[in-house]
Amino acid sequence: MSLYVDVEKRLGDFHLKIQFETQGGVLGLLGASGCGKSYTLKCIAGIETPDRGKIVLDGVTLYDSAAKIDLKPQKRQVGYLFQHYALFPNMTVRQNILCALRGEKDRARRQAALEAMLDVMQLRGLENHRPHQLSGGQAQRAALARIWVSKPRLLMLDEPFSALDSHLREKLQIQMQEMLAQFPGETLMVTHSRDEAYRLCRRIGVMEEGRLLAVKDTKALFADPGTSCAAALTGCKNIAPAVKRGSHQVEVPQWGLSLTTAKAVEDGITAVGIRAHYFNPKTPSNMNRVAFTGVMEEPFETTYCFRWANQQPGTEDLWWRVPKDRVGGGLPQELGIAPANVLLLYDNPAGA
Amino acid sequence: MDLYPLFNSLRIAAISSVIVFFGGIFFAYYAARLPRWVKGLLDVALTLPMVLPPTVCGYFLLLVFGLKRPLGQFLAQWGIKFVMTWYGGILAAVVVAFPLMYRTARGAFESFDETLAYAGRTLGLSDSYIFWRVRMPACRQGILAGAVLAFARALGEYGATSMLIGYTPGRTATIATTVYQLWRTNDEGGAMAWVLINLAISAAVLLVVNMLERKQKRAVKA
Repeated sequence: MSLYVDVEKRLGDFHLKIQFETQGGVLGLLGASGCGKSYTLKCIAGIETPDRGKIVLDGVTLYDSAAKIDLKPQKRQVGYLFQHYALFPNMTVRQNILCALRGEKDRARRQAALEAMLDVMQLRGLENHRPHQLSGGQAQRAALARIWVSKPRLLMLDEPFSALDSHLREKLQIQMQEMLAQFPGETLMVTHSRDEAYRLCRRIGVMEEGRLLAVKDTKALFADPGTSCAAALTGCKNIAPAVKRGSHQVEVPQWGLSLTTAKAVEDGITAVGIRAHYFNPKTPSNMNRVAFTGVMEEPFETTYCFRWANQQPGTEDLWWRVPKDRVGGGLPQELGIAPANVLLLYDNPAGA
Repeated sequence: MDLYPLFNSLRIAAISSVIVFFGGIFFAYYAARLPRWVKGLLDVALTLPMVLPPTVCGYFLLLVFGLKRPLGQFLAQWGIKFVMTWYGGILAAVVVAFPLMYRTARGAFESFDETLAYAGRTLGLSDSYIFWRVRMPACRQGILAGAVLAFARALGEYGATSMLIGYTPGRTATIATTVYQLWRTNDEGGAMAWVLINLAISAAVLLVVNMLERKQKRAVKA
């Protein structure tokens, strides 16, 4: 069970060149909008045709520019959950699901598959509703049901939660996690949300301007993003250029300070990143004086904007996020950073 | 009163509407897939009859199908004459009504959400199933409105029709040409009768168009 993708496409100024292989479980493609992640899904589904490359799913070649193979979308056995679910508006939920069962000639079996899916996706009582009568979550389940009965080898989710209200999102992400666990094939998910990627994906590939920067296990990626782009996409708010000053020492000119690191600093280092949660007034290492410039209150956390005492003028403020109950008795004069929390960031790996 | 003009007008309008309906959908569907500049040229060529005076369209038709022209002579060998025959009226009506169907159908197709077709294809549905069961129903209101407009236009066709098939009572007479002929010969009562018949049909057609448009708006809101 695996998907191998190697495609290249030029579209005006945009150049997509991407190569990866799945290893079971959910693979996420994380990137800003316009980075080519949805386009990659469309190439795999056969809706768009790349300039060159090769796509192989479970040993079946879907596309190979060298061998002139280009299977129709109908023959690829790829399930595609679109951002707005793409349920056929003129059909009821039942008809939507049944039309994906047209390949099954036996009427009784078709009916059985429909009934089973209505139960699995909790669509009982909604069979005769039309798409516009469904809530966002119901529409998502109906679309998944329709894909599921078509028995795809690969499931692709394109920003599956972006069309939903934010209060529904987390609830549906938990449901989705349970449903994905039951899916026997490979799953590929495209998102620009680090929370979604973290919750649902076993591995994550970070995309920037048509390139795949790195594919890593989710936890490893968040612990050590490796590049500035991956750090920003995984939610790191404070990133600044850095210079190597020792085997475990970097200087950050914009911030006017140098930092001790836990990992060995390599020669090509270009920047450091520090997550907004990782400053701590009680950590003795990397302790420096700060001046606070702003505050943003949220229900359970507070974000403080601050500058280091020797920070270069004209550079961006830093962000410190802290649970409300943790700050008592006035703001600290100094903030520290544990050496393990200094993210070392390098240029995009060559050839990626 | 001789009702031949009503019968003739209705059969010309009905047959030409059917031709225009399928032709318009065909061109509208395929035009949307052409490269932009080809689409632009085709668009101009197919829409021109809508903005040209119908007599100019009639002139062009005579230029092509006139009995002394190559194509006209060729067709005459097989007994097909578009000049001075009732079915020549179909040709005139098709040319003039086509742009109405083509443009409304194209507008409907262009507002169709293409991801529905993508979804259908990844689900293994054939392209013709997607066209007839997903795309057409989604564009139904616009296409029906276009068809009704084309029918109304074909029914009211005068300029190109009178150029191509003239006015022969009991053979090529339509409502529009009859009104003119009766008025010209000072039969004001007769002209008025046909005017009222025409008014009734046109009002009914517009009523249908309005109903379709209201339905379309509701569908968009939903």
